[in-house]
Amino acid sequence: MIIEALNRKLLRDLWNIKGQMLAIIMVMACGITTFIMSFGVLDSLKLSRDVYYDRYQFADVFAQLKRAPEAIRQQVLDIPGVSAVELRVTFGVTVQVDGMIEPASGKLISHPDGRKPLLNNLYLRSGRMLLPDEADAILSSEAFADAHGFTLGDRVNMVINGHKRSLKIVGIVLSPEYVYSLAPGGMFPDDKRFGVFWMSQRILEAAVDMDGAFNDIAIRMDRGGNVENIKQELDILLKPYGGLIAYARKNQMSHWFVQNELDQLRVMGLFAPTIFLGVAAFLINVVMTRQVATQRVQIGMLKAVGYSNLEIALHYLKMVLVVVVMGSIFGIAGGIWLGAGMINIYTEFFHFPILQFSFSVEVMIFAVFFCSISAVIGTLVAIGQAAKLPPAEAMRPASPIQFRRTFLERVGLEKYFSHLTRIVIRHLERRPVRALFSTLAIGLSMSILIFAFFMEDSINYMLEVQFDMAQRQDISIGFVKPRAISALEEIRLMPGVMSVEPLRSVAVFLKSGHYSKRSTIMGIRPKPDLNRILDQNLRAAEVPARGLALSSKLAEILHVKKGDVITAEILEDRRPVLRIRVAEIVEEFIGLSAFMDMDQLNRALNESTVITGASLMVDPLWNGPLYQKIKEIPAIVSMSIMQKAREIFKDMMGENILKLVAMNIIFASLISFGVIYNTARIALSERGRELASLRVLGLTRGEVAYLLFGEMAVIILMAIPIGLFTGYLMAFGLAQHMDTELFRIPVVIEKSTYGLSVIIVVVSAALSFYLVWRQVENIDLVTAQKGIE
Amino acid sequence: MAKNNGLDDNITFRTDRLTKDYVTGETIVQALRGVTLEIPRGDMVVLLGPSGSGKSTFLNIIGGLDSPTSGEVYFKKDRLSDYSEQQLTLFRRHNVGFIFQAYNLVPSLTALENVALVTDIALDPISPMAAMEAVNLGNRARHFPSQLSGGEQQRVAIARAIAKRPEVLLCDEPTGALDSETGIVVLKALQRVNKEFGTTTIVITHNAAIADMADRVIFFGDGQVTNVKVNENPCPPEEISW
Ligand SMILES: Nc1ncnc2c1ncn2[C@@H]1O[C@H](COP(=O)(O)OP(=O)(O)OP(=O)(O)O)[C@@H](O)[C@H]1O
Ligand SMILES: [Mg+2]
Repeated sequence: MIIEALNRKLLRDLWNIKGQMLAIIMVMACGITTFIMSFGVLDSLKLSRDVYYDRYQFADVFAQLKRAPEAIRQQVLDIPGVSAVELRVTFGVTVQVDGMIEPASGKLISHPDGRKPLLNNLYLRSGRMLLPDEADAILSSEAFADAHGFTLGDRVNMVINGHKRSLKIVGIVLSPEYVYSLAPGGMFPDDKRFGVFWMSQRILEAAVDMDGAFNDIAIRMDRGGNVENIKQELDILLKPYGGLIAYARKNQMSHWFVQNELDQLRVMGLFAPTIFLGVAAFLINVVMTRQVATQRVQIGMLKAVGYSNLEIALHYLKMVLVVVVMGSIFGIAGGIWLGAGMINIYTEFFHFPILQFSFSVEVMIFAVFFCSISAVIGTLVAIGQAAKLPPAEAMRPASPIQFRRTFLERVGLEKYFSHLTRIVIRHLERRPVRALFSTLAIGLSMSILIFAFFMEDSINYMLEVQFDMAQRQDISIGFVKPRAISALEEIRLMPGVMSVEPLRSVAVFLKSGHYSKRSTIMGIRPKPDLNRILDQNLRAAEVPARGLALSSKLAEILHVKKGDVITAEILEDRRPVLRIRVAEIVEEFIGLSAFMDMDQLNRALNESTVITGASLMVDPLWNGPLYQKIKEIPAIVSMSIMQKAREIFKDMMGENILKLVAMNIIFASLISFGVIYNTARIALSERGRELASLRVLGLTRGEVAYLLFGEMAVIILMAIPIGLFTGYLMAFGLAQHMDTELFRIPVVIEKSTYGLSVIIVVVSAALSFYLVWRQVENIDLVTAQKGIE
Repeated sequence: MAKNNGLDDNITFRTDRLTKDYVTGETIVQALRGVTLEIPRGDMVVLLGPSGSGKSTFLNIIGGLDSPTSGEVYFKKDRLSDYSEQQLTLFRRHNVGFIFQAYNLVPSLTALENVALVTDIALDPISPMAAMEAVNLGNRARHFPSQLSGGEQQRVAIARAIAKRPEVLLCDEPTGALDSETGIVVLKALQRVNKEFGTTTIVITHNAAIADMADRVIFFGDGQVTNVKVNENPCPPEEISW
């Protein structure tokens, strides 16, 4: 019952400043939306992944080897910490799909007969599992089936170990090992050109002469298990059987990619929203402070007639409550809605059985709380300032206090300014703190624009560097096994080939002290023209005649610098161990490679000049015949088309990261607009009466507008350099964090980004001015003179 | 229990060498320079004096809206400077009715609601509508301040001040914007409140004629009290020659 009139005042006041309130609500909602969306996407992916791994027994340690008898299973189980072992046969195959001109490759994996796999279990999307010893039947990965439109009962032609077979798809499955499916040597998932298939273990063993043997092992640890120990013991055990270095889950291809995507998302997806939320909170604070400050006279009156500070504070806090509640509702709803949309995009790249948007209540509470607190603090500060004054003073409407001569006047420059300009300057000088806050607020909102655009710039730049400067070939091909260099001549003669460069790549385990990393040494020509390496300034570099060129990230992982000597254990037949000097550090934004002169590499491996692949530049007119030709050569196991890779990468980035970026841009623009509009609108309410008086005194609308907007214009002009600078700092900060093994981003900010950000700010300002201007036009000169603020 | 300050119950306000300085940049304005006064309970007091002589400043200080630079203000037995923030609030809420020189109505509330703003928190108010009628504004109760004339707004401010039936009424030029007829209506209302409830009423005015209806006229000049005139036979408002 009490303070009813006060509540009515609240409602009417809110209605009167609905424009400003909407702007604040929008700023807050934008901050909360991006925050909840990004955290939600991240949490959902993580949760889906963890649940999937757990339910489908994703293994902890993996190893590949040439061939070992199944009888050693017990020895593996005896390694301390090992709780389950699955021995498998895997085999690379070529897949022939009717109507597709490029060759596709695949991987066949054995599926135990008559039981479920103990590890890396399959999720059956449709159809059925294999029957024991079922010949001519396979399970296909969903990604491949979807990419080609295969359904149950369709047949797939494969060349297995030199024999062509037609196999019927009886089930479509997903595996925790292939959440992200990547062809060997591929950089990006290409579901059309690479598929994973499961076949009865006994049938596969027979087909590839592996009866009673296996070439792939997956291990599950018990809780206390030590990965390093298990890996070591396993390496010792498998060495006689051609075992390659065992690796833990964290280096498993699919997992590594998923993890990198998540890391990337965490940085890109969370860095921006955190900044946004922080900026939004700051802006809400500034704006609320202002909003309440305009009510100073009324606060004084309320105090004078006997309202207590608490009652007054609560009154204005209700105003904040409206902002907070509405901002939170819109923010949360927006976050969930957009998050669910984003998650759909991820289902295309991450093959989880179920990927559902989920969000944590904590994140919501945090976001809402953060914004609310800052709004409340802003309000309380303003109320405090008004309430601190004796009511008599607070009630004095316009404060004719302290108009000092401005700095410009003191240094004698005032004669260059008109009277109106002097008013503008004095206003700014009179309230330097307020001008500073406005400047900061607008500057910050501009910096998040730059930041948002920057992500796009740097990703584009990264692509440009990767595909236009480093990997300039049109096609890369890989051979089944190393071939003599003369194979190059054969390739050169293929239709449309304009130039060819050899590649000798070898899997390697690099070690330096107790740091190690599995990588690939790419043996290339000393002065490559297609598959180039770039120095730290991104200029084409020569391959050092002696020693290794390490990518900077790899050098960082291994903690080595130019001149250090590292150990390279070659993961091929005889497993030679080399000591190589790091001769050069090269820049690479995607991947983790090491480069070496091809001849030097071959010599070190005691091999005649052999190659494992080639980089081709081709005439696109001949693509058809060329692909056909490549398909017919059994020695070629893989082919990647750079244009396709680039498209896939762009797609992948475009679909997820760039969508986020686009949303960030929209939100940043909204925030900028909200802040600028609010600043202009508050300036009007603070000075509306004064302006009306000046109108009465005979100033034109234009002159009055000049007074009102002159101040804003100065503030915006000052805000622009601040925005540019803090925007750059934020970009720099992101680049520092966005440093995953999969890729790094350079701090590249296009001029157009700066330009566009400035334009958005200026357009926001113009639009705000226009909206406020319409209100200036509506100032009722008579009402304004009645002494009502 | 008698306090050593020797105040008797019949004095509502007593001030002792009250000064107030306003410091603005490098200049100091001495708005009050030693005001010593007693205002008896139930009196109708008029403050007269030239513009800038410190009348509003004085009124604000005794009403608890501002604090003096030096000197003392006693409200009955209490020293106002001893009041806590909360006591001051309660003092204003329950004891003082204010009519501000600038009206200070809430623009987003109707006339009636502006009055209700005060009755909402008062102990024993009259109804807001009754207060509106007392200032002859019953028919404009639902208008917003911007829809009222200056004099009407002033009357709303008066209605707001008297509605809570305060112990003291402090009026800063309540009739400044009014014609003689409405001025008289307002003054009558003030006098009625003063007589009926024994409300100590202090009215600032530039209209020396109004002084005729006061029990006591205090003259301000240059921040000081220049003269105090006690009027044994105050005349009723309608006889005031405007
Ligand atoms: N907040 C303030 N800051 C600076 N000077 C002030 C302030 N308030 C009042 N003054 C000055 O104090 C002096 C007394 O002011 P006050 O308002 O009390 O005068 P007044 O007698 O009420 O005048 P009027 O009849 O014009 O209302 C004036 O010179 C005024 O300029
Ligand atoms: Mg005055």
